Formats: sequence, structure tokens, C-alpha cells
Amino acid sequence: MLSSDIIGPVHPEIFDLKELKMLSVMCVISGLSIIAASGIPALFFSSSSISAHRLTVLLFIAGSLLGISGTVMALYSPIPFVLSYNWVLPFGQFSVSVDKLSAFFLFLIFIIPALGSVYSLGYWKQSEHPENGHKLGLFYGLLVGSMAMVVISHDGVLFLIAWEIMALSAFFVLTTEDEKSEVRKTGWIYLVCTHIGTLLLFALFTFWNKATGSFLLEMASALPSGVSSVLFLLTFLAFSFKAGFIPFHIWLPGAHANAPSHVSAIMSGVLLKIGIYGIIRMTGLLPVIEPWWGAVFLAVGAFTGLFGITFALAQRDFKRILAYSSIENIGIIGMGIGLALLGRAFAKPELIILGMGGSLFHVWNHALFKSLLFFNSGAVIHATHTRDIEQMGGLAKSMPFTALFFIIGALAISALPPLNGFAGEWLLYIGLFKTLGLSQIPDLAFAGFASVALAMIGTLAVATFVRMYSTVFLGSSRFPLHDPVQDSVKSMQIPMAIVSVICICLGVIPVLVAPFLDGAVRAWVPLVGLSVSVFDLAPVSWLTTIGFSLFVFFAVYALWMKIAKTKHATQKGITWDCGYSEPTARMQYTGTSFTRTIVNLLSFMLQPKIREREKMVHFPEKKIFHTSFPDLVLDRLVLPFFELCNKIVPRMYVFQQGQTHLYVLYILLMIIALFVCSGIGVGL
Amino acid sequence: MIDIGIHLVLLLILPPLLPGIINKTKALFAGRVGPPVFQLYYDIFKLMRKGMVISETTTWIFRAAPIITLICVFIAGLLVPLGNAPACLFFMGDFLLYAYLFGLARFFTTCAALDTGSAFEGMGASREVTFASLTEPALFFAFLVLVKLSGSLSLSGMLHAGSIGRYPAGSVAPLVMIIIGMYIVFLAENSRIPVDDPQTHLELTMIHEVMILDHSGPLLGIIEYASSMKLFVLGSVLINIIIPFYSGVQWLDWLIFIGGLLCLSVVVGITESVIARLRMPRVPSVLIAAILLCGSSFVMVLR
Repeated sequence: MLSSDIIGPVHPEIFDLKELKMLSVMCVISGLSIIAASGIPALFFSSSSISAHRLTVLLFIAGSLLGISGTVMALYSPIPFVLSYNWVLPFGQFSVSVDKLSAFFLFLIFIIPALGSVYSLGYWKQSEHPENGHKLGLFYGLLVGSMAMVVISHDGVLFLIAWEIMALSAFFVLTTEDEKSEVRKTGWIYLVCTHIGTLLLFALFTFWNKATGSFLLEMASALPSGVSSVLFLLTFLAFSFKAGFIPFHIWLPGAHANAPSHVSAIMSGVLLKIGIYGIIRMTGLLPVIEPWWGAVFLAVGAFTGLFGITFALAQRDFKRILAYSSIENIGIIGMGIGLALLGRAFAKPELIILGMGGSLFHVWNHALFKSLLFFNSGAVIHATHTRDIEQMGGLAKSMPFTALFFIIGALAISALPPLNGFAGEWLLYIGLFKTLGLSQIPDLAFAGFASVALAMIGTLAVATFVRMYSTVFLGSSRFPLHDPVQDSVKSMQIPMAIVSVICICLGVIPVLVAPFLDGAVRAWVPLVGLSVSVFDLAPVSWLTTIGFSLFVFFAVYALWMKIAKTKHATQKGITWDCGYSEPTARMQYTGTSFTRTIVNLLSFMLQPKIREREKMVHFPEKKIFHTSFPDLVLDRLVLPFFELCNKIVPRMYVFQQGQTHLYVLYILLMIIALFVCSGIGVGL
Repeated sequence: MIDIGIHLVLLLILPPLLPGIINKTKALFAGRVGPPVFQLYYDIFKLMRKGMVISETTTWIFRAAPIITLICVFIAGLLVPLGNAPACLFFMGDFLLYAYLFGLARFFTTCAALDTGSAFEGMGASREVTFASLTEPALFFAFLVLVKLSGSLSLSGMLHAGSIGRYPAGSVAPLVMIIIGMYIVFLAENSRIPVDDPQTHLELTMIHEVMILDHSGPLLGIIEYASSMKLFVLGSVLINIIIPFYSGVQWLDWLIFIGGLLCLSVVVGITESVIARLRMPRVPSVLIAAILLCGSSFVMVLR
């Protein structure tokens, strides 16, 4: 049946298109089911069995491969296929579909957690963690499977069910080490936040059902502007808790810091993006877009980005820095969504394509480099047994590969060319600058301010990651380490290497993502009669030229250095340090001192807590200096509020006397009160 | 084709002359003879032939940083139009690459400084990233103004290279504001007085000079060359905004441009002679003034 000239894309003449679409959905569903169940067989093995762990990973990878093949097939079908069954529940139905927007997110869900699963072989060895290894494996699989289910749900009720499974299994994976009180505390905060989000989702889908007459997630035909504004606000609030826009980010830094590193990697890289997916999906279904929605997202995004990176700059916990930087990146993604919404409100397709394209590209990019950096954090923490970067130093010599992977991730996340972070932000920048050219809508030019915020975020990100890289990997070791430090095992390095290579490839040859991006943007909003690609609007081939020339120049230089080495006398010596001959490791700049000036400048945002004690006596005595940067929202607003509640609520105990007749009295009083109320109601 | 040739030759050969002129101007102000204008060429040639001492604390970052900086500045130089000709490379969004290439250079320079494990160099790196986070918004506001005025998303178009027509009428005030703002950015980015002192009479050796304390020999030579090229590249953007006319005759335009650049060096020399260097804690206020100037200029062109 296959003729020799058709090897490339599958043509409809060869396979029945409907069958192909059916097959694609089936592949995705069975893939995600295998992933979700991947941790179950291991439960029948002994709790320290390594082969059980390997089996889990193997099943996970098999499921991912099946899922990826289904997703690739979905890319070839012009119209998404909807698979529906009725079920016994009184509302909603089992309805799934894999369109190109879902496919875009499915790639993330199938690729990054699979790498994380391989990583866990070395990082969370079953033999070293018999008490919680199987639990982690079970819920890790369930989390990833349910994320995939969320993304392909075509029905509000199914979406909610999958969402709740996802939220709960995320709770269990992040509280893997539930014997630690800090882990339990962050777990609780997460649980509360995610359920506020779920509650808002209930409101959203109920309202959606009311407005459109069904739970199906299909483009609404026409909605009054008030109704769609309410739907938009509910969407924004409900998903912001998961995505982590400020001030809804409060669960995020603690949760990312305290989870095992590969879990942090998929939480930051993938789970936050499910929140973004929700926003993109739901806004795509609304027929009319109000201009202020885009403005809200631009403003919230810019604020989130600046706030997130400022806090990242001040932290000293390796994983907390990465967590705050995730908040920053979510802000950037939000700015892209804002630009795209503005483009839809004003019917400017180029803004839609550049905004949504930049935003989605950044979704991929952030997932890649952030998981790379979290994998890295695991390797470093394994070697040093601490998360405090001020106790590290000089690791590049003992862990050269880890250091190399880190610098690739750091360059990418600081959005520097020629890596993928820059390529994504470049689209967004061009979109923001294009608003200036639209003279018929002068108000839109205020979007230009967002580009300045983006530039500032960029330089602060450079500062953050220079600080991090140099404090952890450069200089000399600040404290003697317990064991000799060496590079991590192969199973941890291979995932990092794969992600690094993808980061470089997407940075130098961004055109690779064009088909994925174009499909996803058009799945968000059908741009009828417009065949322009993302990269037609931004001449991305130049990034390839510049990227390659950077590499070529550097290679030539490295070669020249090899040759020139023989010609020039190169001596080794201690750091010159203006002639000081006895430098010690304690004299180096620490991460905190490195950012001291910039933190002082930004202290109006950071509100640092400084504890200092210096006795003024004739001979200097021991001095204490301690700074900390409590989260503005969590530590200064939310927790004090609940503490206040804790103080007030006990006063209600007087009503709770434990005597039956008193409770009967309460019931009587209540009934009387209800009668009175209804009497007033009738009277009105 | 000839333009591209001249562009490359100027970009590669002219830069070390500019610090020479600045120093000569300063010397004249101080009533000294001063070093010859070609001093930096001699220095670079001398350094390239020397051996070097490398600290045992350092890694490959320390050796790679100077050349990465040079490559970044060189490619940024290819994106900037010199004279009245379009740049060697121009495309939509090239100004973003221009700004971010300097970011890449900064990443490696500061990492190399911290690589030595010296408190001095850490201090310099810390100041560098702090001040960069203030110059960048000013630069982007200036870009916004230029994009709005010219309607082009490429440096060559923004600076009206290759055309006689200049900015629309009524754009003088915003342009003057961004010229002042960009001049402050130019001084800060090139570590000149009042932000930094290239002669570095302490305040613990200031910013740029302290970051390269441990570099020696060819590495130092490359750094010197790269920083003079940075002066040239950033200066060319400024000159292109300042010079309101070109004759349209190829050779005359090139002369006007080179003359403008030399004048800029003299102006920098005069600035350095008449203004005292600021104390470090005062520097942010100047940079914030630059942001405000460029920002208000943007608000002006919006209305």
C-alpha cells in the first residue's frame, strides 16, 4: 500500500483520516493510563527493591513514548477529533479531544516527567529511600497521567475530576518526606491554595454551563459582554492559583524547595504550565474579548515577573531561588497572553501570533531550562547535603559536567542568545514593539512599557544567575564538605544532557518549533484566511546565523588557544588580589554580599528583615548579622491573618459547653431567627 | 559592498584610538602632555606578546570570558549602522540582539571576576550587575522612542541609515532627552567618570578595572580591545542620533561620521575633566535620572 515516494508526512489518501485521529486519541489515552498506573506494580515488591523502581521507570517511559506517538499523529489532523461517551454521572460526559493546543502541552507532559523518572533512578534510589520510594513512584505517575488527562479533557466535569486527581497527587509527591515538619507545613499551604483554586473552578464551570448550556469546552457562540467578563475573571483567578501569578503564588516557593528535585522539576516545569493551559484554553473559548483583559494580563505579568526575579535575587536557598525565578517566568508567559488578548480585542492578528507564539514558546523553554536547573539542584544537593548556596563554592572543579549543564541552563533562563530563552522572549519583544506602529490605536502603545519591564527582568535574571553560578560553582570551597564531591551518576546526568541539547537546539534553530507554535496559536483562535507563520513575523533565521557565528568564533578561538599555549608562557599562581598573599576562602564575596547593593536599591519591594547585634566595647566582640527575605504575601499578609484568626476564634468556645440542652436551645434560636428572616423576606 | 568593507575596517581598527583621544583631552585639560593617542594600540600589541599568570582558583570561564566579550561586542558592532550606510547585518528586532549580546558579555565578565574568589573582583561584579539593571531600562525606553519616531524595528532603520530623510518634525525635544539619557548610559556602560574611573584611584578600584584585576597578558589585551570596541559601538549609536544631517555623498558621510565619533571622544574627555567622580552610593541616582529622561521622552512621543 505504501508507495515509494511517500515516506514523510502521512497523507490522508493512505490512512483513513478518521481512523488516524481515533488512533491518536487512543494512543494518548493509553499512554497516560500506563503512566498513571506505572507505580502500581512496584507496590507488590519489597520496599527496597531496585528492580521494582526500574520497572516503574520502564513503564513510565513506555507510556510516554506511546503518548508522544499519539500526540505526533494529532499534529497531522487538521480538525481535532472528539471522542465522547456518556457515563453514569448525572452531568457532563467523558469527552476528550487532542487538538494542537493540547498537543503542544502534551509534549511537555510526556517528555520532561519521563526524564525526571530516569533521573529518580540515581537521585531517589529505592534502596536509600525504602520508606517513601514506592509512594513517590505511585503518585508521580498519577500526577503526570492526570496532567495529561486535564489537557485533553473536552468537558468541564471531566476536566475538574482530572484536575482534582492532579492536585491531590501533587500534594502527595511534594510531601514525600512527610516526617519533616517544614515539608508538612508547605504541604498544607499547597493544599489550601489548590482547593481555593478548585472551588473557583467549580464556580467557573457551573457558570459556563449556565451561560452556554453545556459543560462541553467548545467555542461559545455568543455571550453578553458582562457574562464573558465574569467568566474571564473566574478563569483568571482559578488558574492563577496553579500558575502562580502574584499574589496567588504563596504555595509555590516552599513547595518547590521542599519537594524532591525531580518533583520540583516537573512541578515548576509542567504543573505550573497546566494553570497556564487552563487560562489559554478558556480564553480561547470566549467569543468576544474585552480590551481590559489583555491590559490586566500585561500588568499582572510584568508585576509578577519583576517581583519574582527580585525575590529570587535575594534568596540563599538553591531551590527557593529557582522557585521564585519560576514565578518570574510565569510573569513573562502572562505578558505574552496579555499581548495576544489585546491583539484579539483590537483584531490585530500579528499581535495575536507574536504574543501567543512568544508565550507558548516560553512555556516550552521554561519547562526545559527550569527542569534542567532543578535536576542540577538535585545533583548539587546530593553532593553537598545542603540547600544553602553560601555553604558551597568551587564545585566546578569537582563536578565539571554538572557545572556545564548549569551554565547552559543559567544562560537560557537569563534569556541570553544563543539559547532558547532569548528566542522566546524575542518574539514577545517584537510583538510589544509592534504595538507602537499601530497609530490608529494609540492607547495600545502603552504596551511598550511592558517591554521595559521585560528588559529589567532580563538584567535582574542575569544578576541572579551569575550570583548563583559563581557562588555555587566558582571560587573556592567555603566550608569543608563531608564526603569528597564528584559528578553525579549517569542516570542523573543523561536527562540533564538531553535537556541541555534541546535548549541549545531550540535557541540556535528556533524555526524547529514553528509547526508546533503555528498549530497551537490557531487552535487558540482560528485565524481564518491567514497563513502567516510565527517566524514570518520575526525573522528567526537571523538568530540561527548569529548563534552559529557565536559558536564558530568561539571554536576558532579555543583552537587558537590550543596552538598558542606553546608560544606563551602560562604560569599558575594564587589569585593576585592586589598583592595580598594569603587569600582564604572566607574572604570571597558571598552570594549575599554580591547582591547587597542591588538588594538595598530594591528594598522597597523586598522589605528585608535584618537582625544585627554589635556590642560597642573597646575590643571587638562576636558580631551577629542576619538577613532574611520573608515573602511579602505569605509571611506578611496571609500567615499573620490566620494567626489573628487563631487568636479570635477560641473566644467562640464559650458557646460550646457540651450540654445537650444548650444545643437544643441553639437550634430553637436558629429556627426563630429563620422565621424572622423569612418574615422580613415576605414583607419585602 | 564598499560600505560593508569600510564598516568592518573601522570596527576592527578604529576603537583603540578613542580612549587615546579621551586621555589626550584629559591631559590637555590638566596641563600635561599625556600619552600618545595611539598608546592603547601599543599596549594591546605589547600585551599580546606577553605570557600570563592564571590563578589556580579559576576555571575555563576565566579564560573564555574575554574572548566571549570580544565576540559579542564585535557582532553587536555588525548590527549598528556606521555613518550613513546600513549596518552589515540588519533585520527586524536586531536592536534586541544588540542589547542582549551585551548581556551575554556581562554574564561572562562578571562570572570570570567571581571565578578568582577575590573579594575585590566580587565587589566589581556586584556593582556591574547593579548598575546594568538601571541602564537597561533607560536603553529600552530610548529604543521605544526611536521605534515610535521612525516606525522601524531595526537599528539601521531606527537611526535612518542610508536615507537623507531624518526624524519627523516635532521630535526634537524627545530626541534631546534620549540623547542625554543615552549619554549617561554610554558613560556608565563604558565605565567612565562620573560612574567609574578608568584610572581607578581606589574606592576599592571601582567597577570595570577591578573585575579584570587577575587577567594578564593576551587575555588582558583582548579585554582592553573589547572594551574600546564597546566604546566605539555604543558611541556609534549615540552619534547616529546626534548628527542631524548627512550629505548623501558616500566618502563625505564617512568623514562626518568619523569626525562625529572623534568629537564624542573629546566630549567624553571634557566631561571627565570637569566633573568629579560620584561616590558609589550616588551613582544609582544618575542612572535613575537617565531612566526618567528616556521614560518621559517616551511618554512625550505617545501623546
